[in-house]
Amino acid sequence: MSESLVVPTMAEMLAQGTQPEVLFWVGCAGSFDDRAKKITKAFVRILNRTNVSFAVLGTEESCTGDPAKRAGNEFLFQMQAMMNIEVLNAYEAKKIVTACPHCFNTLKNEYPELGGQYDVIHHTEFLKSLIDDGRLTVEGGQFKGKKITFHDPCYLGRANKVYEAPRDLIQKLDVELVEMKRSKANGLCCGAGGAQMFKDAEPGNKEVNVLRTEDALEVKPDIIAAGCPFCNTMLTDGIKHQEKEEQVKVMDIAELIANAQDL
Amino acid sequence: MSYLDNILFAILLIVGFGFFASSVKKIIRNINLGVDVNRKDNSKARWKNMALIALGQSKMVRRPVAGILHIFVYVGFIIINIELVEIIIDGLFGTHRIFAPYLGVIYDVLIASFEILAILVIFAVTVFWIRRNVIRLKRFINPDLNGFPKSDANYILYFETVLMLLFLFMDASDLHLQNVPGGFSHFHRAGSFPISQFIAPIFNGMSNELVALLFEVFWWLHIAGILVFMNYLYFSKHLHILLAFPNTYFANLNPEGQFDNLESVTKEVKLMMDPNADPFAAAPVDENAVPSKFGASDVQDLNWVQLLNAYTCTECGRCTSSCPANQTGKKLSPRKIMMDTRDRLQEVGKNIDANKGVFVPDNKTLLNDYITPEELWACTSCNACVEECPVNISPLSIIMDMRRYLVMEQSAAPMSLNAMMTNIENNGAPWQYSQQDRLNWKNEN
Ligand code: SF4
Ligand code: SF4
Repeated sequence: MSESLVVPTMAEMLAQGTQPEVLFWVGCAGSFDDRAKKITKAFVRILNRTNVSFAVLGTEESCTGDPAKRAGNEFLFQMQAMMNIEVLNAYEAKKIVTACPHCFNTLKNEYPELGGQYDVIHHTEFLKSLIDDGRLTVEGGQFKGKKITFHDPCYLGRANKVYEAPRDLIQKLDVELVEMKRSKANGLCCGAGGAQMFKDAEPGNKEVNVLRTEDALEVKPDIIAAGCPFCNTMLTDGIKHQEKEEQVKVMDIAELIANAQDL
Repeated sequence: MSYLDNILFAILLIVGFGFFASSVKKIIRNINLGVDVNRKDNSKARWKNMALIALGQSKMVRRPVAGILHIFVYVGFIIINIELVEIIIDGLFGTHRIFAPYLGVIYDVLIASFEILAILVIFAVTVFWIRRNVIRLKRFINPDLNGFPKSDANYILYFETVLMLLFLFMDASDLHLQNVPGGFSHFHRAGSFPISQFIAPIFNGMSNELVALLFEVFWWLHIAGILVFMNYLYFSKHLHILLAFPNTYFANLNPEGQFDNLESVTKEVKLMMDPNADPFAAAPVDENAVPSKFGASDVQDLNWVQLLNAYTCTECGRCTSSCPANQTGKKLSPRKIMMDTRDRLQEVGKNIDANKGVFVPDNKTLLNDYITPEELWACTSCNACVEECPVNISPLSIIMDMRRYLVMEQSAAPMSLNAMMTNIENNGAPWQYSQQDRLNWKNEN
């Protein structure tokens, strides 16, 4: 925990004449949101520990444009996309990993038509591949025997059909993985997508995140695992709303893995 | 005189199919009011989708009870249409069970399976009716369905029951006459009647002539009923029995998270970002250019697949029942989005018919008059509705196109979203942080 993080930028790498194995796209939440920054750091600790050569764009990174696009502002989205693509192409980025399913979806699916072709993977898929290649070993550690449920982020699950990687990772922790009544393709949104994160909800009789938290609490978990900084915030708020902060934690899969290894 | 029946029958067929053809023409015309979108690529994947989803009902069985019952009705519908071929030939040429001598035992098996399916259809339809009217499943009593849509659903169930009963009674009277010792008129022995044999005894004690007359009545009502039902489709959600096939064929094949790219915007953005572009140069004049509108405020701004979607929607409400916004009491109902789109499209179509082929503005639009911004802004773009729809409709794509109109044409986003967008524009993040601080997390504890 004490060792400081090694976080090279693409610019530094270029100055040394090297290309990292993978570009880590941090995302706005991962860069600025206090809760999400912890996820970013946990992921970097794993990358550092496993000696993965990576780099970030740092101050050259900008919003992918996802919230603008989902809000209906195609102009702003495309401007963001084209600026980002210019930067990414200048660095000849090939493989991009990100801990945000919204960045993941946009970079992977919506950038190609605007001239940005990359091999984009979500951090859960990347961590899974590190384990499969024998570069990372994971044991239960502090989580052994705990009851964990996984909330499928819409933009990872339904939108891109990534259901197994996060579950495989959780299972590596010697825990009891329990499924909520709605999961995978039937998963319920946390309520943040489609730019909802940035506005008040329309009048109704409940907030979506509260409903989703109820789904999760029904299976009586010790931990709700998430794979998205926005889901993380929504579920954390939901847990607070139910006054269950003492009993149930919301954690990103990267945090679970990093903590299990005492990183 | 003896040809009178055949002539009447031919007229009935011509009128029935004639009306039907004119409705089909109208539907095609209306769908073509939408803008073009390329859905002709990758035909292999498209056929596969159609085979699995429309023909194979793969998405229906995700809700097993409704799924299996629906398969009864669906298979019953298809198979009984085969019987229709024989009925039409018999009707036109005055024959009776024309296929029987050629098919032998196979004919017996066919008729027997039609009967079993007919009874399964009646069973399924009864359960459907109970689910709607007695158990009152939430998605069927939702206010979206108030008025015609609710009656429509029930009419279809009644119609199907009556058609199946007529079919079984027709067979039963036929069987009764086939069994007359020494034979009666043209009722030769043919077919096997596992279900209608239990109905046949009601004819005992009636004169053969009366039963023969009853047979004629059942026979005519059955075929006439089918023709009426076919023409009812145009007014009904039942149109899905035909459109589910093209609809699944033309459905979006991209990942659900990939929203379409607006080409018109790409052009403008490229021009804006091109350092060599002369900002004062007049835009090149394109003779054929239609003044482009961003997003959709009315049905003509939607693409033809979205309009096909609207005609295909069966109003089953699976989308709405899985929608997080709807489940938390918000006004948004993806089913209503589809129903509104269809209603408005029908209205525009009628307007065109009434005005000799051109649309005369009626001071109404899909946006506001049918769908309110409040509904549109409640969507989390989670794709639950798209995933859930048994015929691959995307209510979300319509919601997104209408949001685009609100934002890009009317600058009518909720204030908080405007703030978010300003932040992205100025700071490269939806929050008010400086882009220069993006890496600060590295050294924070
Ligand atoms: S995408 Fe929108 S309309 Fe569809 S289910 Fe989600 S919130 Fe509802
Ligand atoms: S859009 Fe699909 S799921 Fe929704 S009501 Fe229509 S057919 Fe059913």
